[in-house]
Amino acid sequence: MVNVTIDGIKVSVPNGSTILQAAKEVGIKVPTLCYHPDQAVKANCRVCVCEVEGNRLLQAACSQPVFEGMVVKTKTPKVIEARKTILELILSHHPQDCLNCIRNGNCELQDLSAEYIIRDNPFELKVRGLEKDLSTPAIFRDPDKCVLCRRCIDACTVIQSVSALGVEKRGCESMVVPTMGGNLIDSPCVMCGQCVHACPVGAIGEIEDIDKLMAAIADPDTIVVTQIAPAVRLALGEEIGMATGDLPMEVFVAGLRHLGFDYVLHTNFTADLTILEEGNELLQRLTTGGTLPMFTSCSPGWINFCETYYPDLLDNLSTCKSPQQMFGSLVKTYWADKMNIEPQKVVSVSIMPCTAKKFEAARPEMNSSGYQDVDIVLTTREIGKLFRMSGLDFSRLEPSPFDSWMGAYTGAAVIFGATGGVMEAALRTVYEVVTKKELTDVNFTFARGFEGIKEAEIDLDGTKVKVAIAHTLSNARKLMDQVRAGESPYHFIEIMACPGGCIGGGGQPITKANVKRIERIGAIYDEDASLPLRKSHDNPEVKVLYDEFLHEPLGHKSHELLHTHYHAKNKKCL
Amino acid sequence: MAEEMRIVLRNYGKIDPLKIDDYISLGGYNALKKACATDKTALIDDIKKSNLRGRGGAGFNCGMKWSFAAMAQADQKYVVCNADEGEPGTYKDRLIMENDPQTLLEGMAICAYAIGATKGYIYCRGEYPQVVKILNTAIAQAKEKGVLGDFDIEVRMGAGAYVCGEETALIESLEGNRGEPRYKPPYPPAQGLWQKPTIVNNVETFAAIPVIVEKGGEWFASIGAPSYPGTKVLTLTGDINNRTFFEVPTNTTIREVIYKLGGGIPSGKKFKAVQIGGTSGAFIPESQLDTPIAFDAMTAIDAALGSGAVFVLDETRDLVDVTTQIAKFFEHESCGKCAPCREGTMRMFDLMEKINDGEGSAQDVALLNKLGRVMSYSCLCGLGQAAPAPVLSTIKHFPADYNAKFA
Repeated sequence: MVNVTIDGIKVSVPNGSTILQAAKEVGIKVPTLCYHPDQAVKANCRVCVCEVEGNRLLQAACSQPVFEGMVVKTKTPKVIEARKTILELILSHHPQDCLNCIRNGNCELQDLSAEYIIRDNPFELKVRGLEKDLSTPAIFRDPDKCVLCRRCIDACTVIQSVSALGVEKRGCESMVVPTMGGNLIDSPCVMCGQCVHACPVGAIGEIEDIDKLMAAIADPDTIVVTQIAPAVRLALGEEIGMATGDLPMEVFVAGLRHLGFDYVLHTNFTADLTILEEGNELLQRLTTGGTLPMFTSCSPGWINFCETYYPDLLDNLSTCKSPQQMFGSLVKTYWADKMNIEPQKVVSVSIMPCTAKKFEAARPEMNSSGYQDVDIVLTTREIGKLFRMSGLDFSRLEPSPFDSWMGAYTGAAVIFGATGGVMEAALRTVYEVVTKKELTDVNFTFARGFEGIKEAEIDLDGTKVKVAIAHTLSNARKLMDQVRAGESPYHFIEIMACPGGCIGGGGQPITKANVKRIERIGAIYDEDASLPLRKSHDNPEVKVLYDEFLHEPLGHKSHELLHTHYHAKNKKCL
Repeated sequence: MAEEMRIVLRNYGKIDPLKIDDYISLGGYNALKKACATDKTALIDDIKKSNLRGRGGAGFNCGMKWSFAAMAQADQKYVVCNADEGEPGTYKDRLIMENDPQTLLEGMAICAYAIGATKGYIYCRGEYPQVVKILNTAIAQAKEKGVLGDFDIEVRMGAGAYVCGEETALIESLEGNRGEPRYKPPYPPAQGLWQKPTIVNNVETFAAIPVIVEKGGEWFASIGAPSYPGTKVLTLTGDINNRTFFEVPTNTTIREVIYKLGGGIPSGKKFKAVQIGGTSGAFIPESQLDTPIAFDAMTAIDAALGSGAVFVLDETRDLVDVTTQIAKFFEHESCGKCAPCREGTMRMFDLMEKINDGEGSAQDVALLNKLGRVMSYSCLCGLGQAAPAPVLSTIKHFPADYNAKFA
């Protein structure tokens, strides 16, 4: 332990602590901009500088370790002048466009500007006038707004090992740009959207499809049908002033009806369906000598990553479409038929925790219903904005149930939203299919938690199956390199592109730290435990779907509507 | 006083730099032999005793730096020579490398022995391709002679970025990354090249090592200014009669350098200012010319010894114009990593240009002062911290030049 004094307060902190950590310990907030709790220290914005007694230079609180007897002052006139001047410098090179910005009201630079009482900036406003990058259907870049904190680069390179972003040029001309030249769409970007969470300002964000939705709702000739992904509800409350997990599902549904959706259905339904298809695909591969290990295929950022960096392993990917896309192809065939609705009138909307889903829905092969299977993808953030605009008081909304035939779900579908959830859901079903015995304890706790890679050997009545789970693409890369080298011991691998799985997806409420993701994971397992049905094959509406329409997992209709194929992207990569 | 004393340039003009035998015949590599026969701790203690301080500009105690790397436990350690001599008006390292490359190799080899390194790099300025050839020849000859033992040295070329003279930016560049400084601590002797303990010293620092080992730390400590002993190579440019180089003891005053060694100002003109240490040095007025060219003495007058460049300006020079050009240089050379340097160097140039064009006001000067002050203690590395010095010092010492711009 080291004894230090911060603004006159004595405190003892562990060796190797930074000034920032020590200040937090005594309840003093030091402002930061480039600092990110889940990333390596960068010390490049210099907003957190503090005075250390005996040192002429100010020290960055985020990088400077404390030493025995250190005396720190966090808000002397010298410090305040430095922070204010640095903020003025950054702000005078930043568009004064807050009112039109996607991050208006949720911007770290805006907050700092208010905290440091920036009024008459002595530096002349000088905006670079760089073009927006609107090349992908999922994520835009607005380089004029970039403050060069480089958190997006860290997220993309270290956490995701995608390396789609880097710094180009020098000095005041330096810019964060897609690597390998060109626009984001030309880069190895997988559209996971982790850069969006990392960005403190509005320099990277999701392509908003709110106007498309409003137009569909306003059109009297369309029937707007939506699906909600498992991870959305838990986090959506955060967008409308509630605690994580506190927005009840049926109040959420009621809110959507108020917005003008004609039918509200659930992606959880196709999550359960995915388990039946994917579980049977795994068993088929195990028994017929198919390509192993089999990888899950519900995370579109992961699919993009595999197509970009591991095109030689595409045969290992389950051919199952993601639950979003299974839903899309069924809503305009099975469901429309059952509801007696003309499929061409259906506008199929999905509400997703994900930015890559926007890209997935736009894939040319995703039209097995005869139409584009999913027409509009909205993120959790976008639906949050619509709810705020609607002026609804959620504490006074009458709960409303889901609509029929594609709205029922089990706890197994709910846990799709967390890393390990697909694996656990699959094991609940695969166990009973293989052993023909009832699974008395459905909790596969090894699969839970935030650890980067988890593994286990499951005994299916004598048949041993080795499984692994990874979240974030840097962890996925470790497992993939093993497979590529022919050294993978596993039969089945679950991969989620985002930290924590979909609850940490690129479309979720801006998430500044993994602790929030861990909180959401907790809420997901609470919901699973509270449900009467917790095995996908017990979903009554899925049973109806097989009885009346699909007939059997991996059958002819399934192949037509629920399975897909993958393409090597042949992109230049670092 | 005011006489040359050649330590690092001791072999200048006396040997053929491309013949290692010439170097050996003048006692070359005896110091390395002596060092290797000495206990490592005793060797480093002797370097500490010499009080040799880094000649690259930061002035850190060399023996102390070595002791940190020597104490560090690691499977690999590195010795890196900073030969990225990018300071305009400075060519002292080139003089040493072109005329006596073996002394640099010997100095590095002594360091390698002292800290327990087997691999060294010379990071040579990209604009010195001829020096790279000489160094490679010297290394090949030393290897052939076997004088370096198991110590291997490679030459790497910079690519023209001024910031790569900063030791951690240099390390990043050596690793193949963008040349940008790291935050410190950790310092290179603890975590440097590829996160291994690394000594980065300037060419002139390494060149002094063989002589110190040969003659002893006490001998070196007795030369020049006690707190910054030894000699310093100065390169004289600008409005001065003898535009050449001198190696002088560090208690020599600026006045002696300009008027005795330098021969004064040409054409009978009057002295106006001298900038010492390179582009980021302060402009020093007549009243401070009796300051010795030692590290602490220079710091005491808010200037810096830096690289030892001496840039003299006569009475006809417009310091606002000169400083504007310097501000442009820093706007161009800022790496862009930290906000106050990236944005600050750009604003500094904007404001200087505005004033120089006759469109500025006293308010702009006040803003420059505040900006410079903030940069000097907030920027991530020495580049941004030192960049405002020319601006701040001209505002302080030469207000008339600024006032003349406000018509």
